[in-house]
Amino acid sequence: MTEPRTEPVRKIRTPIRLDYTMTAGEAQSLFLRQIANGKIFGQRCPECEKVYVPPRGSCPTCGIATRDEVELADQGTVTTFCIVNIPFAGAAVEVPYVCASVLLDGADITLFHLVQEVPVDEVRMGMRVEAVWVPPEERGPTLQSIKHFRPTGEPDAPYDAYKDRM
Amino acid sequence: MPEASPRVLSATHVLEYPYTRSVGPVIGRFLTALRERRIEGVRGSDGRVIVPAVEYDPVTSEPTGDFVEVGQSGVVTTWAWVYQPRPKHPLDQPFAWALVRLDGADTAMLHAVDAGNPSRMRTGMRVRVRWRAETVGEIQDIECFEPEDPA
Repeated sequence: MTEPRTEPVRKIRTPIRLDYTMTAGEAQSLFLRQIANGKIFGQRCPECEKVYVPPRGSCPTCGIATRDEVELADQGTVTTFCIVNIPFAGAAVEVPYVCASVLLDGADITLFHLVQEVPVDEVRMGMRVEAVWVPPEERGPTLQSIKHFRPTGEPDAPYDAYKDRM
Repeated sequence: MPEASPRVLSATHVLEYPYTRSVGPVIGRFLTALRERRIEGVRGSDGRVIVPAVEYDPVTSEPTGDFVEVGQSGVVTTWAWVYQPRPKHPLDQPFAWALVRLDGADTAMLHAVDAGNPSRMRTGMRVRVRWRAETVGEIQDIECFEPEDPA
C-alpha cells in the first residue's frame, strides 16, 4: 500500500461497511418524536407494570404488547458504568470518558448514555444525574438530542433503590 | 429525517469498521507475488500445491512447505451466475463466482469470471487471469478471470 514496492506486503486494508435502513417501529417512533420535544417517554407493561425505555412495544418478560405511555423524568441514577480509555476512529468524544447505564426516575430498565461534566474517576454507582439537552432548535428524533448526563449534586441513591434494576 | 410525520420513523444507518490486517509471512508473500503479477501457492505435507498459499497444512496442521509458482490459466471446477451484481461485487456487469483450479495447483480458488453471459459458463471450461491495471498487493490485483475461448 504505502510501502515501497520493493518491500514485501505486510498488511492489507479490509474495511467492512454495512448500509442499513433502520425502521424504528411504532413504540420507538413515539419515543424518538418525544425526544425531539425534549421529553422522554417509555411504555408500561399492563401485566408486570415494568416501565421500559426506550419502549420496544412489548414486554420481554410477559410476552405481551405494551401500549400505556409513561412520561419519565430526565433525571436518574447511575447503576453501572465504564471508563473508556481506548480511542477509536469516528469517536465523537475524547478519551477518557464515561458510558453509564442510567436508571431514569420512574423507569425499570436503564438507558445507556454518556456522563460528563465530572472527572471520570468521580463517577460512581448510585450517582444522581440529569440529562443535558441540546438547544431546542437543534433537537431531533435522535438520542443525540441529549448531549450527555451530568451530576445533579444530590446525595447518592442507596444501593437498594436500584439493585433490582441493574 | 422524513418531512411530514409518518407514524413510523426510519433512517439510514451505516456500520463501518476500517480494519487493517497484518497478513503474515505466507499470505504476505502470496500478495507480494500478486503485485508482481505472479501467482504462488505452497506445497502441503502430501505434496499437493495449495493456492492461495496458506500458513498451515489443512490436513496435518503442520506448517506448509516451499512456495510454488503456478500458471495464470486454469479450469473452472464449479460456478454460480450473479445476475444482479451488488455494489461491492468485483464487476459491475453480471458475472460468475467460480472455483478456479490453476495449472499446477491441486486446489481451487474462489474468484469472479467475466463471461458476459451464463451460456458461456460450464464446469471444466478454461479461464485465464485478467490483471488489474495497477497492482498493489491484494487479491483484487486479479481483476477477474476470463474465458480462454473467444466468445
